[in-house]
Amino acid sequence: MNSMPEMLTWIIPALPLAAFLMLLLLMRPLKIKSNLNGYVSIAATAMSFFFSTWLLVNIVQTAETKFIPGFSWLSLEGAIDIQVGLIVDSLTAIMLVVVTLISLLVQIYSLGYMHGSKSLNRYFAFISLFTMAMLGLVMADNLLIMFMFWEIVGLCSYQLIGFWFHRPPAARAARKAFFITRIGDFGFLAAILLIFNATGTFNISEVHSLAASGVIAGTTITWACLGIFMGAMGKSAQFPLHTWLPDAMEGPTPVSALIHAATMVAAGVFLVGRMYPLFEHSEAALTTVAVIGAITALFAGTIALAMNDIKKVLAYSTISQLGFMMIALGLGSVAIAIFHLFTHAFFKALLFMGAGSVNHSTGTFDMRKMGGLARPMPWTCATFVIGSLSLAGIWPMAGFFSKEEILLSAFNNHPLLFVLAIIAAFLTALYIFRAVFMTFGGQVQSRFKPHESGKVMVIPMSLLAILAISAGYFNATGGFLKLLGDDHTHSWIYGIFGVLGHPLAWASLLIAGSGIFLAYAIYQRRWISSRKIARRFGFFYTIVFHKYWIDELYEKYLGNKLLNSGLFNLFNKFDSKVVDGTVDDVARLNLNSSKILRLVQNGNLQTYAMAFMIGVAALALMVILVN
Amino acid sequence: MAPGLEEYLILSALLFSIGLFGAITKRSAVVILICIEIMLVAVNIALVAFSRFITPVELTGQAFAVFVIVVAAAEVAVGLAIILTLYRQRHTIDTKKVDLLKW
Repeated sequence: MNSMPEMLTWIIPALPLAAFLMLLLLMRPLKIKSNLNGYVSIAATAMSFFFSTWLLVNIVQTAETKFIPGFSWLSLEGAIDIQVGLIVDSLTAIMLVVVTLISLLVQIYSLGYMHGSKSLNRYFAFISLFTMAMLGLVMADNLLIMFMFWEIVGLCSYQLIGFWFHRPPAARAARKAFFITRIGDFGFLAAILLIFNATGTFNISEVHSLAASGVIAGTTITWACLGIFMGAMGKSAQFPLHTWLPDAMEGPTPVSALIHAATMVAAGVFLVGRMYPLFEHSEAALTTVAVIGAITALFAGTIALAMNDIKKVLAYSTISQLGFMMIALGLGSVAIAIFHLFTHAFFKALLFMGAGSVNHSTGTFDMRKMGGLARPMPWTCATFVIGSLSLAGIWPMAGFFSKEEILLSAFNNHPLLFVLAIIAAFLTALYIFRAVFMTFGGQVQSRFKPHESGKVMVIPMSLLAILAISAGYFNATGGFLKLLGDDHTHSWIYGIFGVLGHPLAWASLLIAGSGIFLAYAIYQRRWISSRKIARRFGFFYTIVFHKYWIDELYEKYLGNKLLNSGLFNLFNKFDSKVVDGTVDDVARLNLNSSKILRLVQNGNLQTYAMAFMIGVAALALMVILVN
Repeated sequence: MAPGLEEYLILSALLFSIGLFGAITKRSAVVILICIEIMLVAVNIALVAFSRFITPVELTGQAFAVFVIVVAAAEVAVGLAIILTLYRQRHTIDTKKVDLLKW
């Protein structure tokens, strides 16, 4: 394929932006309510996908980083000159393809899922805007511009979670997502300012080379990295900023698949990957990333076991998998983290679509009300099982390859992290197959007559299922990792089958398999009653069922006690007593002094005349004395 | 011995002070008006005296005094009219009782 003209790179984010503007400025005033809205944004995304693929092929062939010049965004003579350009390397190209592909499939799926729902215009407009912002985010060569796209992505997430804003839980969830990610964004912004203060530039590659040459070092880098990671924690829902993601499931399911499973939540991982040359210089920051990742992976995995809402299971699963990616980053491999991001995007989007398809048919997300859906919904069931196998890390699914890389990396570097990761992997298999058996196994309980979803929903799911199986093969000979600059090829990667020659592969397969078997025993055959287990491990079950009381902790103690009645109350008192008090005192001084002074105005003309005469006499006296 | 400028000015100052004292202390509006007239007369004496002793040829002071007399007549007309209206409204001309502009 010919190499793509450089300026054409700009068209990748420009197309979804054009779709957004067209939907908002043209279709909305014309009150077009049909799927036509969707076609516009699908066409734009499809073209973006085409160009992204072209770009990726170019990058694979040339293996070089391109810097595409843009324009001067802000220029203050002698002080600051912010150039906006694009940076296109393998990392960017892969993200571009993932984002545009998932966005495209999700939008096609939405045609079926959202059919007949109101405000389709708003829905597709924000998905287009989101796609644009996400593409801009991965291509930006400038921290400030990146932060702007980062915020637009957050805005779209807020808008789409609250798509059904007339439902109070959705509006609440949207607010919560906005606030909590905002805490992380604060850290990100602080880190950007810190970096600018130390280096005088916002340009990412300049910052990288300055870090490499030691211009910024020591604690500055550590603080900058921790700030950046705080931003990543917010967006990627890492403990303790994870609470917004499960609530975000109030949004439409395709939105969950696109934003809260495949792309936006992975932006945190991408961010750390992009800024990795900084993290390299800070051992402390890397350790933090790995530890937070491991805690999150394990902790979210346990919660997923107790959830009854299928989307909540998937949400906690996403948090847990993002934790896996963070482990890989913390252990020093961007390539492995991005590889897991890549495979995860496909199978998790697939799982969400499956959940959406089930909901479309039964009208509920509660797995206790489902069951026996395998027969009436064969396609959904088959693709969901493929996604689950991939998530659980079963050979030869995509998830197996990426998860093996992470486990191996942990095994080689840090035994404790390895143990945590392997437990999390076991939990993954257990909770996802719990969901599979509760949803598709057993008897039909639903009052509805379940039916298979339409082709427009099944086809994207089938395509994703193919990718959920095959996405791992890109790295069958280590090619994917090499593309991302990870050259220390692992000795055991010898093709798809060669992997099975490694004992660790068998160990993790055994663990994932036992998780699946346990789920089968409890939820399919009911050899062991789940109630009995819940009672036996009552203490643990209660903790997990209440999600470690983190929400309660935040809302009751952090929110109400510490902030509302503590800090904010203090601020309120300061405001009313000190600030308002000063103003009031000034006013009171005027009032009181005029109370005394007004006695002079007694209304008696002769008093005034007297004062007047005394004044004149005084003036005359003055004149005489001076002369 | 004919009186000099100084004597005239002393007379004028005495008259002015008497008028001022009356204007400030008296209660009746009519008496206050009379007192103001006395003050005007005192000023007229001073004007004419200055004119007579400092510029004897030109009669500027005298002309000015005539003007003051005319204006004073007009002032009395207006002042009495106000007092009349005041009496009709409030049945008093006591200035202590017409202090509506008080706080």
